[in-house]
Amino acid sequence: MWQAIRARWTQGHRTISYPAGPAPALPDRFRGLPIVDRSKCLDECRSCAEACPTDAITIDSRGLRLDLGRCLFCVDCREACPADAIQYTQDYRLATRTREDLLYDGQTLKLAEALDRKTRRVLGRSLRLRQVSAGGSGAEEADLNVLGTIVFDLARFGVQFVASPRHADGLVVTGPVSENMRSALLETYAAIPPPKLVIAVGAEAISGGVFRGHGEVHDGCASLLPVDLFIPGWPPHPLTILDGLLRLLGRL
Amino acid sequence: MIDDCLLTVRNGQAVARSEVPTLPVEEFRRAVIETVSTGKTIAALFGDASSEGAVDFYVVLADNRRAELLVSRARLEGDSFPSLTPDCPQAHLFEREIAEQFGVRIEGHPWLKPVRFHSSYRPGRDTRARSKKKPAAVGVIDFYRVDGDEIHEVGVGPVHAGIIEPGHFRFQCHGEQVLHLEISLGYQHRGIERALAGGPTKRTISMLEAVAGDTSIGHATAYCQAVEALADCQVPIRADVLRGVTLELERLANHTGDLGALAGDVGFLPTASFCGRVRGDFLNLTALICGSRFGRGMVRPGGVAFDVDERRRSQCLERLDQALRDVTVAVELLWNSATVQARFEGAGRISRDDCLALGMVGPAARACGVPVDVRNDFPAGIFRFVQAPISTLPTGDVFARAYLRWLEIERSALLIREQLQALPEGPTRAAPAAMGAGKLVVSLVEAWRGQLCHVALTDGHGRFARYKVVDPSFHNWAGLAMALRDQQISDFPLFNKSFNLSYCGHDL
Repeated sequence: MWQAIRARWTQGHRTISYPAGPAPALPDRFRGLPIVDRSKCLDECRSCAEACPTDAITIDSRGLRLDLGRCLFCVDCREACPADAIQYTQDYRLATRTREDLLYDGQTLKLAEALDRKTRRVLGRSLRLRQVSAGGSGAEEADLNVLGTIVFDLARFGVQFVASPRHADGLVVTGPVSENMRSALLETYAAIPPPKLVIAVGAEAISGGVFRGHGEVHDGCASLLPVDLFIPGWPPHPLTILDGLLRLLGRL
Repeated sequence: MIDDCLLTVRNGQAVARSEVPTLPVEEFRRAVIETVSTGKTIAALFGDASSEGAVDFYVVLADNRRAELLVSRARLEGDSFPSLTPDCPQAHLFEREIAEQFGVRIEGHPWLKPVRFHSSYRPGRDTRARSKKKPAAVGVIDFYRVDGDEIHEVGVGPVHAGIIEPGHFRFQCHGEQVLHLEISLGYQHRGIERALAGGPTKRTISMLEAVAGDTSIGHATAYCQAVEALADCQVPIRADVLRGVTLELERLANHTGDLGALAGDVGFLPTASFCGRVRGDFLNLTALICGSRFGRGMVRPGGVAFDVDERRRSQCLERLDQALRDVTVAVELLWNSATVQARFEGAGRISRDDCLALGMVGPAARACGVPVDVRNDFPAGIFRFVQAPISTLPTGDVFARAYLRWLEIERSALLIREQLQALPEGPTRAAPAAMGAGKLVVSLVEAWRGQLCHVALTDGHGRFARYKVVDPSFHNWAGLAMALRDQQISDFPLFNKSFNLSYCGHDL
């Protein structure tokens, strides 16, 4: 008993003050929103597009587009670039409301807007989510679980993960949606009473990510479900997920 | 005589595929059964249909005492193979996998059920005679049933109550008592092995980092060891050390998280909440080194993609010590709490004999008193110079699996500290040349869940003809099913967590 109280004392108070206070510091090598300085690009150079493992970068007459929904936030493009034109920033804010908004020009990203007033009145102060991993690697799931730890304490925003879809207001999907999980995912969605949200977390859930094009997967959940929030990352940092959820609820 | 049937190789040593003896099926079976009966284990048993339409069976047997891997091959005439499983239980899942992947009939297998519910790699050859129009229905198998007036059946999953991966568990119960648990997985199947053949491509290493997302460093290291052996590439010592450091950080984070989750499953909340946070501190240490909490992008063929400068090194050491102090305070509460011990001790026991028969690996095996650890038995990379002492416990219960994790946390922290304090100078990456043609390599790594085994076979152009991945979960799921026998069904979450196996690592 005394030992438990002493341990509690030693461990201290660890919940972050964000969003009222500053976000916790991220390591300097953290790879958040990439920026591309097109003025540095060499003529006809396509090195980054060729190096990208998920073909997230396209360069054509309209310029360069980086599909954040496919991006693995790896260093392959940066290493391939002969002109040092690609840099990762520390900016963890990445979530968008539409798939198109993730097709990013390397300069400005249109972050997620809040739900409309009516939906927010219903779900804004109490949002219960059911999570389904449909081919997820375990990393996305792990960093969703992190939101429940004392550091992030998601419940203080009225957001909670629940066991039954009947108790849920929305579905959080991870993984590329394996064919073997397709029907379980759709049934879980059907069991959630309307109005309901769908949130895709991670490159695989958004676009299939590294498994894109495999016959065994559906290249993400957007072809099967109406997605309300896209949270890119491989896996997304817990702060990225929290930022996305709070934006959706109009809390930021 | 057996010696002629098996080619001896070392962990991460490439050999010509032509050197592997090709045996008649009967002789191959005898060699496997006799070798396993002398205490060696099956590290991998898989099919390869890359040459001339016929299916070759490859086996990799691990002789942990002598640091030797024994490789052999049989060419199958026709489409059937007499099952090894009745004589050698640890072959059971490997044979089911081969049947599903290549449409080979495994004659006499006691439970030849689907593993991942996908179509055969050889079009038209399907053991379950499915058509393209009517694909495999996941989870539809003949589950074992116990009949009787007071017997009931409980089905759980694929979607579970928490934020975890999917899988189906079918219990046969008499009241609270579980008579039998059958585990049917495959929901996470993403077609990894099928996609790896013909590689490497620019996507290959990322795909391996996502085989099991909590074992990115482990799988990436196993892959790189294989590629480096095939390309005859010497990894700089500094890179070896940094790989070892991040591998141990992965172990620290996951073991800490598991101890917290075990505490949570018995309702002991202080440790659950403290460990949940400290796990994050270890993940953030990995992110300090490479930017990703899961070590994505760190390990690359030829070395590592990120170096550790002086400032980062001292920061790492400082934060490691702090996190270790925090986890010590949190975990000691567990061992000093009678209510926790009452739930842990004697629960979900697996005998040493069952553990050996099933060919279990990693902490789950060490908790049954079986001293197997790739770092010690088949040392590669930094473990050629550093000893990682093996901890074992004799009881094989939840307590042993929990306490073993704690012992490993202490040892891993010590190892990381020593390695960072004496970080050798030099480059962190070499440039691997093209991979050799017609080669075979076996690459083992002791990841936090246990032995990862990757086997690569290259074709005449130095591309992967076949790339086999065996995650430790593949060996250990049967252990969880055994642990449930005669136990209470309400203890299942606790037992499951004490193994904490990977669904996607199994399903690939």
